[in-house]
Amino acid sequence: MSERTLYDKVWDNHAVQELPNGQTQLFVGLHMIHEVTSPQAFGMLEERGYDVAFPDRTYATTDHIVPTEDRSRPLEDEQAETMLSALEGNVDEHGVEFFGLDSGRQGIVHIVGPELGLTQPGMTVVCGDSHTSTHGALGALGMGIGTSQIRDVFATGCIAADKQDVRRIEVDGTLGEGVYAKDLILTIIRELGVEGGIGYVYEYAGSAVEDLDIEGRLALCNMSIEGGARAGYVNPDETTFDYLKGREYAPSGDDWDEAVGYWRSIRSDDDAVYDDVVEIDGDGIEPMVTWGTNPGQVVGIDEAVPEPDETNDPRAAREAQEHMNVSPGDTMRGVNVDVVFLGSCTNGRLSDLREAARVLEGSEVHDGVRALAVPGSQTVRAKAEDEGLDEVFADGGFEWREPGCSMCIAMNGDSIEDGELCVSSSNRNYVGRQGAEGGKTVLSSPATLAASAVRGEITDPREVL
Amino acid sequence: MSETDETDERKAVRRVAGTGVPLRGDDIDTDQIVPARFLKEVTFDNMGKYAFHDARRDDDGGMNDHPLNVYTGNVLVVNDNFGCGSSREHAPQALMRWGVEAIVGESFAEIFADNCKSLGIPTVTVDADGVEEIQTRVEDEPDTPLEVDVEKERVVVAGDEYDARITDAQKEALVEGIWDTTALMRSSLDKAKDTYDDLPYTDW
Repeated sequence: MSERTLYDKVWDNHAVQELPNGQTQLFVGLHMIHEVTSPQAFGMLEERGYDVAFPDRTYATTDHIVPTEDRSRPLEDEQAETMLSALEGNVDEHGVEFFGLDSGRQGIVHIVGPELGLTQPGMTVVCGDSHTSTHGALGALGMGIGTSQIRDVFATGCIAADKQDVRRIEVDGTLGEGVYAKDLILTIIRELGVEGGIGYVYEYAGSAVEDLDIEGRLALCNMSIEGGARAGYVNPDETTFDYLKGREYAPSGDDWDEAVGYWRSIRSDDDAVYDDVVEIDGDGIEPMVTWGTNPGQVVGIDEAVPEPDETNDPRAAREAQEHMNVSPGDTMRGVNVDVVFLGSCTNGRLSDLREAARVLEGSEVHDGVRALAVPGSQTVRAKAEDEGLDEVFADGGFEWREPGCSMCIAMNGDSIEDGELCVSSSNRNYVGRQGAEGGKTVLSSPATLAASAVRGEITDPREVL
Repeated sequence: MSETDETDERKAVRRVAGTGVPLRGDDIDTDQIVPARFLKEVTFDNMGKYAFHDARRDDDGGMNDHPLNVYTGNVLVVNDNFGCGSSREHAPQALMRWGVEAIVGESFAEIFADNCKSLGIPTVTVDADGVEEIQTRVEDEPDTPLEVDVEKERVVVAGDEYDARITDAQKEALVEGIWDTTALMRSSLDKAKDTYDDLPYTDW
């Protein structure tokens, strides 16, 4: 078992007691909720006559079903309107702070928490969404939970949890030009497999990780779950503290110094013990693109799509290649593109928009390519507009939209059609994930996506940068 | 049927007996179990009819030969990393409402297994060869009696035993009927408040 890691320390600080079933009752420092997975939990709470035990540790926003164009109420989609209204009623009744459509701070939960300074090092963060691993970028322990567990958190401020093993993933070297945190996490998932993280929390370390800014670390930790790890984190450092300073919900004044002291104390010790250590060469990482229908089916942009028999699951690889209409030996570079989607909790932050805009500036998307730029939050959108990025996108032929999950999960009307191939900065290339079952998703970084939009085919961003 | 007893709010799940539904494939994600467009409902009531909605249908909307269209058992038999992806509890809710009372597999995604535990559905693991054999036996003879014995950590197929594993916490929770953790933790709210008070950041 691991010892003296951040995970061990945060676990110990939040352990309320051992439960008779052998699990640990773990206090939740930040509970973020949204409209899709919370209404059933509020319903269960009311059935039992409980209130929300710690409303001051609970924050809500709306992201999955919100339209990214016309947001006038009532929403055109009746089901979406019902869900949003239910959330508004619930937060009102239970005294939960809500970042709604008119708040100026609405956005994807995993973008809103960090950017407002709600997410802090050494905190346990849960949300009814698997990408809660994102919050680990700030040295928090972020875990996705199901709706019955949301009920637990509402009623008790706690989850019943099993302690995991800790795997340290050490990435030495430096990521090259045109290579990003997204390419790094896709490389890690390829190395360790989509199920390799089951039973583990990932600690990301090494020079290539430490060199990432917080937004890069957020993208990295975000996709821990695609590697099977429920949580992933980076030890907090000066980069983390600089990021948090001055944010709306971050500590200030005398509290700030106390906070930094606490945050330093929960870093993994130099002599921490890990259950497993994996080393990855950061210098060798290329821009990565998926060729299949899970995030582990991924290659470098100039690398050949593998023979199914050379993969660890030949049957799945054959089905994936059939769905994607690619053949072993082909490269993904040059594959025709119909749609590009820039956004999501993985890559919907200001730095992502900037990188895509840097590639796009002065060019236009290729004829016939539909391109969406969906900022991750109203805060991101406003900052991007201050910098004029909206004009770069609009001039380049992208649709500049309102914030939400949008085409990552295709619940709000933004979706791809049968037969279309979409290069997407999101996190899941499952069949049907972006809408039509006959649609195809290729996951990439925002820069690869922008270069591919301009050329109309999958393109190495280093040719354009 | 599931052998349970109900005293107070406790509902022990010691063994689940019935027949199997062999569902082959690694990395079957929760987007396949319930496609996202069916998540736009504020209750789980209708989820049963959405279980594997798209996978069960041909392009023209007709029902295909997906195992959920062919078998009527209550024990799902799956392969590696079942339930990966999105944390949506809609997935186990859909399977439960369709009629699944236990799942046997090579491995399960963690959040999915946690969600099953919250609903009192055992997720037990059997090695890859064992799972494959059980799937084949059910395919050959769909009426084969199949029993998941949570207490003794085994799966019994027509009298033949397969070693199974279940996490200690899940076993304890199911066998003792304390898998619903809300009441359990609510009864020690004062202790949670002590932890809240001890954490430095709750003051900032």
